Amino acid sequence: MNFDVAVIGAGVSGAFIARELSRYKLRIALLEKCNDLAMGTSKANSGIVHSGFDAIPGTLKAKLNVIGTAMMPEVTKQLNAPFKPIGSLLVAYSDEELATLEVLRERGEKNGVPGLEIYDKEKLREVEPALNEEAKAALWAPTAGIVCPYELTIAAAENAVSNGVEFIRNFKVEAIDFDGGEFTVRSADKAVKAKYVVNAAGVFCDEIAAMIGDNSIHTIARKGEYMLCDKSVGSLVNHVIFQCPNPMGKGVLVTQTVDGNLLIGPSAIDIEDKENTDTTSSTLTSILETAKKSVPSLTTREVITSFAGLRAHLESDDFLIEKSKVNDKFINVAGIESPGLSSAPAVGQYVADMIVSDCGAEENSDFNPEREAPVRFRHLSNDERKALVEKNPAYGRIICRCETITEGEILDAIRAPAGARDVDGVKRRTRAGMGRCQGGFCGSKVVELLAKELGVELNEITKFGGDSKIIYERTK
Amino acid sequence: MLNYDLVVVGGGPAGMAAAIKARECGIDSILILERAEALGGILEQCIHTGFGLQYFGEQLSGPEYADRFIELVNEKKIEYKLDTMVLDVTEDKTVYAVNKKDGLLEIKAKAVILAMGCRERPRGALNIAGTRASGIMTAGTAQKYVNIDGYMPGKKVVILGSGDIGLIMARRMTLEGAKVECVCELMPYSSGLTRNIVQCLNDFDIPLYLSTTVIDIQGKDRVTGVTIAGVDENRCPIPGTERTIECDTLLLSVGLIPENELTKNAGIGLDRVTNGAIVDEYRETDHEGIFACGNVLHVHDLVDFVTQESQIAGEGAARYILGKKGSPEYITTKGVGAVRYIVPQKVNIKNEGDVNLFFRVGSTFKNATVKVTYNGETLITRKRPRLAPGEMENVTIKNEMLKGFAGGGVIEITVEA
Repeated sequence: MNFDVAVIGAGVSGAFIARELSRYKLRIALLEKCNDLAMGTSKANSGIVHSGFDAIPGTLKAKLNVIGTAMMPEVTKQLNAPFKPIGSLLVAYSDEELATLEVLRERGEKNGVPGLEIYDKEKLREVEPALNEEAKAALWAPTAGIVCPYELTIAAAENAVSNGVEFIRNFKVEAIDFDGGEFTVRSADKAVKAKYVVNAAGVFCDEIAAMIGDNSIHTIARKGEYMLCDKSVGSLVNHVIFQCPNPMGKGVLVTQTVDGNLLIGPSAIDIEDKENTDTTSSTLTSILETAKKSVPSLTTREVITSFAGLRAHLESDDFLIEKSKVNDKFINVAGIESPGLSSAPAVGQYVADMIVSDCGAEENSDFNPEREAPVRFRHLSNDERKALVEKNPAYGRIICRCETITEGEILDAIRAPAGARDVDGVKRRTRAGMGRCQGGFCGSKVVELLAKELGVELNEITKFGGDSKIIYERTK
Repeated sequence: MLNYDLVVVGGGPAGMAAAIKARECGIDSILILERAEALGGILEQCIHTGFGLQYFGEQLSGPEYADRFIELVNEKKIEYKLDTMVLDVTEDKTVYAVNKKDGLLEIKAKAVILAMGCRERPRGALNIAGTRASGIMTAGTAQKYVNIDGYMPGKKVVILGSGDIGLIMARRMTLEGAKVECVCELMPYSSGLTRNIVQCLNDFDIPLYLSTTVIDIQGKDRVTGVTIAGVDENRCPIPGTERTIECDTLLLSVGLIPENELTKNAGIGLDRVTNGAIVDEYRETDHEGIFACGNVLHVHDLVDFVTQESQIAGEGAARYILGKKGSPEYITTKGVGAVRYIVPQKVNIKNEGDVNLFFRVGSTFKNATVKVTYNGETLITRKRPRLAPGEMENVTIKNEMLKGFAGGGVIEITVEA
């Protein structure tokens, strides 16, 4: 298979890079080692669109964060992915932290963040009644907001595929050769040729770069654990609530999610194993204790699940997006930790510009920036539901009771460009299995629908690819 | 818009018994709405026996027990719609539902019986640390894979929670060739029926570890093992007691939660302990004409009790539709100390019959005395050789006692060792 560009890694960076490249007449492959999109950092993070006051002025993080966040309203509209500009509050509890607020406001203004304001105690209580009474003041950032990180990734990748990008899943890159003109990117059983390679492999960026002899990158996997609470407490806070940042990151936040749940986390612990996304009871306990400093009324009663994700941290504490010193057709996109999600649309543009200015590709006049809105039965009025079921009866069969997800939506998720191939893929695209019962009732129905639609046996369906089988052989 | 006298949400044992009883009490226009492809509810996957001993005086399997009621539903020509999900029940008793055939349904009812059953508590509710590999599921989900779909969900199994479904699945998985390593129970006692511990664990030499929980799950793609540990009296893991058991499956049987989303959306008052609606002796909620029965009201141990309770609700709904309800005068009921809850939570003293109070204790007792008081005065004392959280108890308040009460009074039940 011959391509102009091979993008390694179908996380949010890879997806946006592929989408931006598809604006040009280029043959693009999006290679992913897992069975689905958004399987690494992009599926397990805070889902925050940061305003951009954290990063040191002049860094790439500062630049791309502010541009990406400014693009977010328009991009999410085009992609029909949810974005709620609910704003963020960074809360100070001591005189020392009050000083931090001033430093960050100043930094934010240098970075070009609009609308920053310090809220005093009274104003804080008015806008955020559940907040700890000991809060002294907060830095209000109106451009901050929330997205669903995997939904945004899926939306961008689907749009890229609709514009001609080829998504190749289960392609774990094991070797990259360069013959002077072209790269050959190999997995255990496949190979693609490409003139350019984009290394957007998240925590594995260093390993991928090393395959061309570029040993300049050292990625540190920094684990963040989270707890997700039921929708019944989703509106406990109205904005993203930050505590003052620490050397390991932005600290523990409390926020609602775009789906109306409450999210608490993350922790920040550097780990050796880049595939270790275990949760630990001691960390979960400490997250809750820390979060209680923001919102004292939090309890474990409403927790429906916990999870962990890994940040791709670099020693330099900045994004590294540049042509490799070993080969200038090989572009490293490394160290994309927070605010990587906020920056993703800007990262996409930045990388696409690097390639297009080098190869001089023509614009693709057929490029369509719009991704068709997926059906969301739960959000429709009864009249709309009625019309929908009349048109297609599959929307009349509820599969997931907790989240009111229909068979039609699940079939759409499987049939979509770069569609779902496993139970978690259906879950991320539709929310089937994300509710209170966590797939207890609908899990087996989703397995049935996947098997039928993909034309395989029930026991071939996995939770998330690989050996994550759900059922074994037939009973006796 | 469709019109029915009675709409029953759920066609499991509760919904069917309620509908049949309402028909027997003279209601012609009844519609049962069932979300599954068949009537019978969860009984359809409970192919073990032990159902019906109380109600029919014989041993039946789940599907056999359900069949007796399905036959009656058909015989009495009670209408039902399958594969139909109720989306909303409004305060004015309009029921919105959807299915493939009819599309969106809007049904106006004179009375509604809520019989949606319950669901199992998932892993997240326990916050067990570890990976999120495949192979972690509730015992009920595993039961569906084995008994309905005919597939094995695992070969080497650890079960957390000694609820009845967990115990039944320990035996079922063993019979199908899996190795069940152990059943771990957080509490110092099992919440399952004694007969299930004997027949499902002891008979198969499956160890039951009390005061033990799962503290970690290993495995990247599929589960490869779990770490269990003993817990102290505060249910906290005791350091040094950890041990890892190799397995590919962790089944959870850690409690059932009544499925009351529709009830909540309708604004009906819920009991914080049962997680079900607050009801009177006819199982009428605080919304006139809306009743609740079966596991959506409180989790029962035996389907036989679900049937009996649902018949009461069916009769209550019929009385309400026929205008026989009258103007009630209520006293309330209250569990004290070890008595965690009582259903019904209130009783109409103008009721013409006896009233059974169902209750559950929070710990085990031997040779205990159950005491029922009215406004502090002892009404009834009963000896019980054994009381356990897993077994629902009841006491009867005779009608002549009710007649002596005044509105606003309180009946309390206590247990003394």
